[in-house]
Amino acid sequence: MLRKTLIAVAIVVGAATPLLAANDVNPQADAKAFKEYFTKRFPKVPLKDFVNGPYSMDEGLRKQWEAIDQFPPYDFAVDKGKQMFATPFKNGKTFADCFPNKGIGIRQNYPYFDTKSGQVISLEYAVNQCLKDNGEKPFDYTKDDMAAVTAYMAFTSRGKPFDIKIPNDPRALAAYQRGKEYFYTRRGQLNFSCASCHVQSPGHRIRTEVLAPAYGITAALPIYRSAWNGMGTTTRRFRTCNSQVRGMPLPGGDEDYRDVEYFLSYVSNGLPISGPGTRP
Amino acid sequence: MHTRVLVRLAVLLSLGGFATAASAASADDYKSASAKAEAVIKQAHALKNEWSTTVAAMKAAKKAADAGKFDEAVKHAQEAEALAHASIAQAQEQAKIWRDAEVR
Repeated sequence: MLRKTLIAVAIVVGAATPLLAANDVNPQADAKAFKEYFTKRFPKVPLKDFVNGPYSMDEGLRKQWEAIDQFPPYDFAVDKGKQMFATPFKNGKTFADCFPNKGIGIRQNYPYFDTKSGQVISLEYAVNQCLKDNGEKPFDYTKDDMAAVTAYMAFTSRGKPFDIKIPNDPRALAAYQRGKEYFYTRRGQLNFSCASCHVQSPGHRIRTEVLAPAYGITAALPIYRSAWNGMGTTTRRFRTCNSQVRGMPLPGGDEDYRDVEYFLSYVSNGLPISGPGTRP
Repeated sequence: MHTRVLVRLAVLLSLGGFATAASAASADDYKSASAKAEAVIKQAHALKNEWSTTVAAMKAAKKAADAGKFDEAVKHAQEAEALAHASIAQAQEQAKIWRDAEVR
């Protein structure tokens, strides 16, 4: 009888082991592996400089950036965002009423997993939620007002290290894993994943652009991008990447975009917020 | 004899005319090709993996159909269907192999 039981247990354990291995979700190990991969590949890049994207990889570009940054092109967006932050909604409340610490110096905590709603809340999503909760029309996710408000919030958080948390909640782990899957999944007719450019090819050129490393890539957002001739948000960056590989972009606020930002920001924990940034 | 030749010629000519008519697509042919493509595109959409080239091909199909160029319209709709099939295959394959690219 005992022998039969032991055999049955052995069969069950043997069958379950590969399943557990395949579904293993370990964000801490991912973050460690991410950091090791990029620091080994780019040993001359100071850790905190990864957030400066292509400028950490290319000396010529860096010089241009330093010159441009003497009169930062995102300044107008920061000023506009500050003004918008101070302007009351129709109900008399302001953005400050929607955020911890009145919205100042908190960019490094976004995205976070909201255990109440069971979903990832990115900063852009939170801004639009704030507007909706106060009877205002939500912003376009890609530029203009959204870029201005998030630029101001990033500006007040500069230098603060990413501190993304994954609560002990299977839904949070699942969201993280979905974000990771999105990041590594090839899509579009050109069959590129986010990782194809930002893990396999950072520092290399794709046409005239130097590709940024994935490590710390969300820290500089939103950005003023010369190619856009204006500001763009995290959503705009994701949507542009999708279009560039001939895939259809997702709508602003889509769960996939929030999840991939959650993954990317988590594996960049400890790196400083540098946004708003400037990019070619 | 002469009559038989003429009859044969008439039959051949009528067959030729029929063949010409068969190769020219109609509005119904376009509608059918478009509906087939739409059904596959719907599946790609559900997988959140539509390609922009699929959308462009469908737009081109509609534009050609609106101009009464149904041969061209059918061709574009069929192209869209093929692209949608490819995007579905890509999504299904990637669901199995994305972890191969993971940084470990």
